[in-house]
Amino acid sequence: MLAWTIYISFLGAAVLMFLPGNNPRPARWAALLAALAGLACAAAGAVACREHAAAEALTDAVNAPWIGALGIRYHLAADGISLTLVLLTGIAAVAGVLFSWNVENRTREFFALYLALIGGVYGVFLSVDVFLLFVFYELAIIPKYFLIVIWGSTRREYGAMKLALYSFAGSAMVLVGLMAAFVVAGARSFDLVDLARYPYPAAFQNWAFPLVFFGFAILAGLWPFHTWAPTGHVAAPTAASMLLAGVVMKLGAYGALRVAMTLFPIGLHTWQNTIALLAVVGIVYGALVALVQQDFKFVIGYSSVSHMGFVLLGLMTLTQIGLAGAVLQMFSHGIIAGLLFAVVGRMVYDRTHTRDLAALQPMNLRQALPFAAVTFVVGCAASMGLPGFSGFIAELQVLVGAWQVFPVFAALAAAGILAGIAYTLRVLLKSFFAENDASPRDLPPLPPITLPERAGALLLLGATLVVGLWPQLLLQFITPALNSPLMLPLWKGGLR
Amino acid sequence: MSLHLQCLTALAPEIIVIAAALLVLLADLAIMRGKPFAERTPWIGALAFLGCVAAMIWLALMPCSFQGAMLSVSPLTQWLKTPLLLLALFAIVLSWRARFTRHTGEYFALLLLAAAGLMLLVSSDNLLLIFIALELLSISLYALAAFDKGSLASSEAALKYLLFGGVSAAFTLFGISLIYGVTGDIQLDVIAARLRGHAFEPVFYAALVMTLVGFAFKLAAAPFHLWAPDVYEGAPTPVAAFIASGSKVAGFFVLARILLTAFPGARGAVCAGDFLPGWAPVLAVLAALSMVVGNAAAIVQTNVKRLLAYSAIAHAGYALPALLAGERNALPALLFYTITYAFTVLGAFAVVGVMEESGRGATLADFAGLSRRAPLLSFCMLVFMLSLAGIPPLAGFFGKFCVFTAVLAAPPALGLLWLVALGIAASVVSLYYYLQVVKQIYARQPDPSVSWPRPARSVQAAIALLAAMVIALGCNPDLLLGKLAELLQSPPF
Repeated sequence: MLAWTIYISFLGAAVLMFLPGNNPRPARWAALLAALAGLACAAAGAVACREHAAAEALTDAVNAPWIGALGIRYHLAADGISLTLVLLTGIAAVAGVLFSWNVENRTREFFALYLALIGGVYGVFLSVDVFLLFVFYELAIIPKYFLIVIWGSTRREYGAMKLALYSFAGSAMVLVGLMAAFVVAGARSFDLVDLARYPYPAAFQNWAFPLVFFGFAILAGLWPFHTWAPTGHVAAPTAASMLLAGVVMKLGAYGALRVAMTLFPIGLHTWQNTIALLAVVGIVYGALVALVQQDFKFVIGYSSVSHMGFVLLGLMTLTQIGLAGAVLQMFSHGIIAGLLFAVVGRMVYDRTHTRDLAALQPMNLRQALPFAAVTFVVGCAASMGLPGFSGFIAELQVLVGAWQVFPVFAALAAAGILAGIAYTLRVLLKSFFAENDASPRDLPPLPPITLPERAGALLLLGATLVVGLWPQLLLQFITPALNSPLMLPLWKGGLR
Repeated sequence: MSLHLQCLTALAPEIIVIAAALLVLLADLAIMRGKPFAERTPWIGALAFLGCVAAMIWLALMPCSFQGAMLSVSPLTQWLKTPLLLLALFAIVLSWRARFTRHTGEYFALLLLAAAGLMLLVSSDNLLLIFIALELLSISLYALAAFDKGSLASSEAALKYLLFGGVSAAFTLFGISLIYGVTGDIQLDVIAARLRGHAFEPVFYAALVMTLVGFAFKLAAAPFHLWAPDVYEGAPTPVAAFIASGSKVAGFFVLARILLTAFPGARGAVCAGDFLPGWAPVLAVLAALSMVVGNAAAIVQTNVKRLLAYSAIAHAGYALPALLAGERNALPALLFYTITYAFTVLGAFAVVGVMEESGRGATLADFAGLSRRAPLLSFCMLVFMLSLAGIPPLAGFFGKFCVFTAVLAAPPALGLLWLVALGIAASVVSLYYYLQVVKQIYARQPDPSVSWPRPARSVQAAIALLAAMVIALGCNPDLLLGKLAELLQSPPF
C-alpha cells in the first residue's frame, strides 16, 4: 500500500506531462487527485501498520532485485519513523496543491514537477536500500530547481542554483561516505540492514560519520550550512517553499538519522557534542536573525532554520525522549512552516505583491484579509510552541532529552524559544496588526480568500491541533520504532 | 581452415565496413554523379547506413574468437564493435541532411573508414597494428573535421587537430619504438612475458610515459587537451559528435588493453603513504588534472559546443581512474562508463546540430526558451545534460557510481579515496554549467524574432532513441552490466 504513494505521484507527474492543451483547470484537479490519493495511501498504510503492531521493525512493502551486479535491491519498507514522515508528506502535498490553485503560467508543468518532487520525497522516506534512497534523494533536487527557477520570485535564478548546488554538494558527501562504507564492509548489498550489521572500525567511522551526517544535514538546515534555506525559500513560489520547509528539510534530517546515525554509531558518539553545539547555535542564530528581517518570507525562512535546530538537537541527545521529540518536531515543523509560508506567499504576497514588512504595515491587512489574519495568529501560536499545538509537545520532549545530556545546551535552546516568541510577535505586529489610521476604504480592495486556500489552511491547522492535543496518535508509531533492532547501537554505543 | 581464412573471418566486420566505404565512393562517382545534391545525400547516406547494419548483422550471427596474426579477437572485442557501429550509425543519421558539404560520397566514406579504424583498434593486440588503426581513425577524422569548407573555424579545427594529433602520434610511435628496444617485441603478451622478473630500467619508464602521452592527447586528458575545444567547436557537428563519442570508447578500451596486458607489473601505486613509480601515478595525475581543468574551464563557456568539449575533458578525468581499479573490475566499469557517456554526448551534440541547422548558433542564449517550441527536443537535452552531470536515475550517474566504487574497492581498499573524492566534488561543480544550459531551455523567455528548429523526423527519432537509451541504462544498468559480466567470463583480450 505504502509503495503506491510513490507510484501515484510519479504517475500523476507523467499524466500531467502528457495532458493535452494549456487549460489549467484539469491540471489542478489531476494534481489534487494524485496528492489526495497519495495521502489516502499513506493513511491506509498507517492504519494497517497500527493494526499489525508492525511499527517497530521495518515492514517490507516491496523487495525485489534491481541491479544484480552490485547487489542493489528495490527495497521499500516502513517503520514508525518513516510512517510519520510519509503522513507528513501526504498532508503537505495536498495543502501545497490547494495553495497553488492560482498558478496560471505553465500550470501543467508546474504540477508535474511538483508531483515528481513529492514522489521523490515519498521514495526517500520509504527506501531501505541506501542506493535507492540516494537515487530518490537526488531525484528530488531537479524538480526543486525548476519550481524555483521558472515560477519563483526574488532572485530566483540565484536562489535556485544555490539550492541545487548545496543539495548536490551534500549528496556528493553522502555518496562518498556510502561507497566507502560499502567497500570497507566488503558488502554484497546496499541494504541498510546489511550495512548496519558490519562493525566499522572506529577510525573509519570518525571520518565517515561526519561526511554522511553533514551531507544530509546541509538539507536539514544545520548551521552554518543553512544559507541555502532562506534564499531558496524567498525565491521559491508558495507551494515550493511550503514543500522545501515542510518536507525537503526533513529529508536531510531523516537521512541523517536513518543512514548516518544507524551506520556509524561510534562516529556519532565522537561527534555528538560538536553537532549538538551547531544545532543550538542554529536555534539561537536563526531566531535572532529572524528578529531583524524586513522581508516577511525571510522571517519564516530563518525561523525554519531555528526550528530545524531542535530536530538536530533532539537527534543528538541519543535519548528515547529526545529522538521521539525530534521526529515529532519534523512532523510538527513540516505542518506549521507550510502553514506560515502559505499565509505569507499565497494569501499575502500574491495579493499585495510585496513582502516588505514596512510596506505591509499601512495596508491594514487584518481588516482586508481577516481569514489570513486568523490563520496567521493560530499558526504563530503553534510556531511559538503554545500548548495544544504539535510544536509544544515536540520541543518539550527535545528539551527534556537535551536536559538529561547537555543541560547548558538545553538552557540555550530554551533561550532560543524566547527569541522565537519575540520574532513571532514582532512579525505578527508588523504584518497584520500594525497601528494605522487608514480606514479600509482608502486602500485598493484585495481579492477575497478563496475556497482552496481555506481548505488548505484548515487541513494544516487541523493537523497541528490534532497532533498537539493527541500526540499519542503519532508517538504510538514513533516510540516502538526507536526500539527496533536497527536503532539498538544508538543506545548501546555509550549513552543510556 | 587456413590461417588466412581465419584471419579474414575475424576481420570480416571491418572488411564489410571498408567495402561499404568503397561502395559509397563508387556509387557517388558512377551512379549519382548527375543527380541533384538534395537527392544524392539521402541515398549515399542510406548506403553507408546499410554497410554498418550489415557489419552489425555479421557480428550478431557469427561469433568469433581468434588469436594470431597481430589480432586478438575475443567475444568481448567482437561485442564492443556493436556499440561502436551504433555510434557510427547515429553519426550517419545526423549527417543525413547535412548541408555543409557537397562531397557526400567522400564524407560518408571517411566516416565509415573512421568506424573501421575504431573496430580495428579494439581487435588488435600488437602495438604496430594498434598504431596503424589509430592512424586510420585519426586521419579520417582530420579530414572530416575540415569538411565544412565554407567555415574558417572548420579549417582551423582540422589544422589544429592534425598538428596536435601528429605530435601525439609521434610520441606514441617513439614510445613504442623504445618499448621494442627494451623488450625486443611489439606483441602485447610477449612484452609482458619479457618484462616479467626484470627490474625496470629508466628507459622503460620513458617509453611508458611517451606512449601514455600519446593516448592522453587522443583522449583529450589534461594537460594534453588543448585541441579539443577548438575541434569540437569548429568541426561539423556530426563529426564533432563522432570524435567525442567513438574515439573515447575505443581509445579507453585499447589503453586498458595495453596497460593491463603488456604492463601489469609496472602499475605502481598512488595511495596515500604508498607510492611506487609506474603508470598508475601518471594516470592518477592526468585524471585529477582533467577533472579540475575541464570543470573549471567549462564554467565560463558560453558556446555549448565548447562547454561540451570541456565537459568531455572532465569526463576523461572521471573515466581514467577506472583503469586503476584492478584487473577484474576495471573493464566492466570502464566500458559501462564510456559507452553510456558516448551515447549521451552524441545526443547532446545532435541537439546542438539541430539548433545550428535552424540557422541559430550554439551559444547558451540561442537555447533560450527552447522548451516552448520544441518540447521533445528540450526534454532530450535535459536528459543528456542531467546524465552528464550524474543525476540518478540516468546512465551517467550509474557510470560514475560504477567507476568510483570499483576504484575504491581496488586493493588496498580506500587507497584511492582522494581521487574519488576529487571526482565527486568535481561533478558537483559540473552541475552548475549543465544547469546553465537547462535553465536557458526551460526558464528563459524565447526570442520571438528568430526561427525555430524543425528537425527532420530521422534526426528527431535518433535523438529520442538516444535519450531513451540513457534513461533505460540508468534505470536498469543490468541491461549492459549483465552483458559485460557474461562476456568477461572468458578472458577479455
